[in-house]
Amino acid sequence: MPDLLLELFSEEIPARMQAKAADDLRRMVTDRLVAEGLVYDGAKAFVTPRRLTLTVHGIPGRQPDLKDERKGPRVGAPDAAIQGFLKGAGLSSLDEARIEKDPKKGEFYVALIEKPGRPAIEVIAEILPVIIRTFPWPKQMRWGDRSAKPGALTWVRPLHSIIATFGLETEEPDVVAFSLDGIEAGQTTRGHRFMAPEAFSVRRFEDYEAKLLEAKVVLDPLRRADTIVTDAQQLAFAQGFELVEDQGLLDEVSGLVEWPVVLMGSFDPAFLSIPGEVIRATIRNNQKCFVVRDPNTGKLAPKFILVANIEATDGGKVIAAGNERVIRARLSDAKFFYETDLKTKLEARLPKFDQIVFHEKLGTQGQRIARIERLAVELAPKVGADVEKVKRAAKLAKADLLTEVVGEFPELQGLMGKYYALAQGEDASVAAACEDHYKPQGPSDRVPTDPVAVAVALADKIDTLVGFWAIDEKPTGSKDPYALRRAALGVIRLLLENKIRLPLAAIFASHLAALPAVKAADGTANDLLLFFVDRLKVQLREQGARHDLVDSVFSLEGQDDLLMGVARVEALGKFLDTDDGKNLLAGTKRAANILRIEEKKDGRAFDGAPDPALYAVGEEKALATAVDRARAEAATAVKAEDFAGAMAAMARLRGAVDAFFDKVKVNDDDPRIRENRLKLLNEIRAATRTVADFSKIQD
Amino acid sequence: MTESLPDHMRPERSFQGLILTLQRYWADYGCVILQPYDMEVGAGTFHPATTLRALGPKRWNAAFVQPSRRPKDGRYGENPNRLQHYYQFQVILKPSPPDIQELYLKSLAAIGVDSALHDIRFVEDDWESPTLGAWGLGWECWCDGMEVSQFTYFQQVAGVECAPVAGELTYGLERLAMYVQGVDRVYDLNFNGRDGADKVTYGDVFLQAEQEYSRHNFEHSDTAMLFEQFKMAESACQKYLTAGWQDGKRERHLMALPAYDQCIKASHVFNLLDARGMISVTERQSYILRVRELAKACGEAWVATEAGGA
Repeated sequence: MPDLLLELFSEEIPARMQAKAADDLRRMVTDRLVAEGLVYDGAKAFVTPRRLTLTVHGIPGRQPDLKDERKGPRVGAPDAAIQGFLKGAGLSSLDEARIEKDPKKGEFYVALIEKPGRPAIEVIAEILPVIIRTFPWPKQMRWGDRSAKPGALTWVRPLHSIIATFGLETEEPDVVAFSLDGIEAGQTTRGHRFMAPEAFSVRRFEDYEAKLLEAKVVLDPLRRADTIVTDAQQLAFAQGFELVEDQGLLDEVSGLVEWPVVLMGSFDPAFLSIPGEVIRATIRNNQKCFVVRDPNTGKLAPKFILVANIEATDGGKVIAAGNERVIRARLSDAKFFYETDLKTKLEARLPKFDQIVFHEKLGTQGQRIARIERLAVELAPKVGADVEKVKRAAKLAKADLLTEVVGEFPELQGLMGKYYALAQGEDASVAAACEDHYKPQGPSDRVPTDPVAVAVALADKIDTLVGFWAIDEKPTGSKDPYALRRAALGVIRLLLENKIRLPLAAIFASHLAALPAVKAADGTANDLLLFFVDRLKVQLREQGARHDLVDSVFSLEGQDDLLMGVARVEALGKFLDTDDGKNLLAGTKRAANILRIEEKKDGRAFDGAPDPALYAVGEEKALATAVDRARAEAATAVKAEDFAGAMAAMARLRGAVDAFFDKVKVNDDDPRIRENRLKLLNEIRAATRTVADFSKIQD
Repeated sequence: MTESLPDHMRPERSFQGLILTLQRYWADYGCVILQPYDMEVGAGTFHPATTLRALGPKRWNAAFVQPSRRPKDGRYGENPNRLQHYYQFQVILKPSPPDIQELYLKSLAAIGVDSALHDIRFVEDDWESPTLGAWGLGWECWCDGMEVSQFTYFQQVAGVECAPVAGELTYGLERLAMYVQGVDRVYDLNFNGRDGADKVTYGDVFLQAEQEYSRHNFEHSDTAMLFEQFKMAESACQKYLTAGWQDGKRERHLMALPAYDQCIKASHVFNLLDARGMISVTERQSYILRVRELAKACGEAWVATEAGGA
């Protein structure tokens, strides 16, 4: 079956848009082919800075023929209905329709519509211009003299030529005939801008890719990336260094070259007095070059790796020297920024925060820092941190946002704060907190353990959450502009991984009271707590724990301590894995089911203590005694936070429950005995609530 | 092309030689070679030969040097690359020709940048001027990792859609000269291409000016006067715009250029005030908006003039 080759050759496509464009092109073309009945064997898209290419193989030569019967009006129907039928079915007169009979409807017309399949190449010639015209570039433009006219073609950058060929492997393919705003589809393209600029003709994907390679263009971005990494590692290794790998940079650089040539350059080792992260950010962000490190010390080496787009006639000496000059100037700037920053103490920067708005309803950055400080101090004893250090860390933690280096490289926030804090002689915990209070940023990020950092990190995140909750800016669906889910997950990980007990409800309430000029709705603190329980469920589910157990524990009154809750969930999970646990759960559920039915029947609840005088059989008495004992023992164990012990106490209930259901008929003919037995069942349900709400547990 | 030049005119030896070579190259292409606009502007794009001529249907190919004033970028002559006054070489081609990238690369060859030896790259850089109400798509042009030019396809200027689109090339002349001369400090550039006692450097010409203007821009500019000038320029611009509509109907405009001068004036005065730190973060936006309103009104007036295609 025939193959399609499509190339859209343009001026340089922004690197960040390339991968998605390749994906969009493949998806849009193949979706349309399938919609037109042209089911293909396979498709692959490629992209370089100057071309977007798609190959689709195994497309049928023709669309399948379509046959369709359309029922029309009955014979003798009004003329308007007849005309409408003829027009809709594409018939010129009623002679072309058949007459069928139906016992109910009588005689009526039927049109047989036969739509013969068209040659695929004609269909493709219609599909492609529409896709090109509606292609979803993030930004597109007009160009040239045609841009004066309305409806001019738009593309990410000026589009110069189009290859569109269609045909069998064994034959000379046909050009898919279409043109777009003066660009005629053909079979000609060009090679590398400088090394092979001449035009050449191609037939199909195989010779296209091979001829491009001869013309110094590596079509496949993965292959370019592979070359870059391999060559960069070798160059570094040859000098006794190792490449600092950087996937984001690699993706970008692969999108900036058609023919990657990896070269190494040097910079003055004197620049190594700047923090390594600043050197890396300078070289990476501004120059799109990689850095290398000494494998023995892990420290950066005064070398960098650049990726050129050309095999220069001098082997790249001039290119490397040029890049070295630019990097020298950039590092001079960075060094100047860094040294300038060091001249100002962090606390001297703070007054400026009073002029910077954090959020119009939540006040200035200065107010926010004061709130974080207040909360961090409140939290300090609970996490075992030194109050004075926490106070100091909370005050300084955001100050680096106003430094030159962070202004230049925002991704270094926190880290620079640590360097500057150490440089001005701050306590090591205080300095570490400047960096670590932003952590953890995501599920795989490190969780701080130093109590000072933990206190400030918790305060920073809880202030954000309480603040946005108070002004009702909660995340909805996929929208979470203030990254509140991430903040809540951060709090959860901080508490659980550091084994910190913190009753959240009280903390939320006290912090709400500290918010200036915000009148939060009633129930805000409780709503935020529910959000945390939700996040905890997501977190535990990802770790393979049962989220229904989370519900069964946190739906009990007063559960706002995440660490305790999780301990309960764990104990409950283990208990339910035992035979005792399974049977007790079954018994409890049975009791609950009977109660639900009978409560509904009678329209009343059966709460209140059962009357011992009404016990008719021994199993009733035994159960009542067992329930009382289990409840008391479990409550004592829960109080001592011995959840395994509480579960063990519950387990001892199992025999009495089983015996009761075995021997006792709940719905006794004597209504008083029946009521008393239902009350006893209610006691089982109430007793189990000491450890969890069993009704929330799924079987 | 450079082979036929005497040594002192060669772009790799002489700053003025570089300028003259670029002028010659674009003159050969058919551009009108203009002289700098006689007002202070923040970038070559403000020159009416770019901003206003980019609007309307008429063909327009021009090239010129434009001194650019960035009061905030002054460093008292102490930074090797930062200047509050520097030169841009502007080329504007309307409509953008299909081979504009090749034309640009040939201009680099003309000043001695050999594309077989250097790594020349077009790296995404979308251009937007909030004060001019303008945007376009294009690239920074890199030579061996250094940005040497800006390349923009104007899509909108002064709030008006460009039809047809113009291509704008902006060469940072000092940076380019430093590169081809192999100099690390701008003040060390050879300005006139001579040797020994005859040699004039960029520092000889501009170092004192950088020091004096840095003092002025950061410490002594008369801010009370500047605030007043901003208001005066703004109101004059509005006055000329209103008076320029022929017969009071909004069909034909007769004073777009003088009005636009006042818009340029307001923009530069704003930059001076900003350098003195006289404009707070919240006020900043409203000043930018006020200049943009002037620019938009000028654009609207321009397309009602003869050169604007009315």
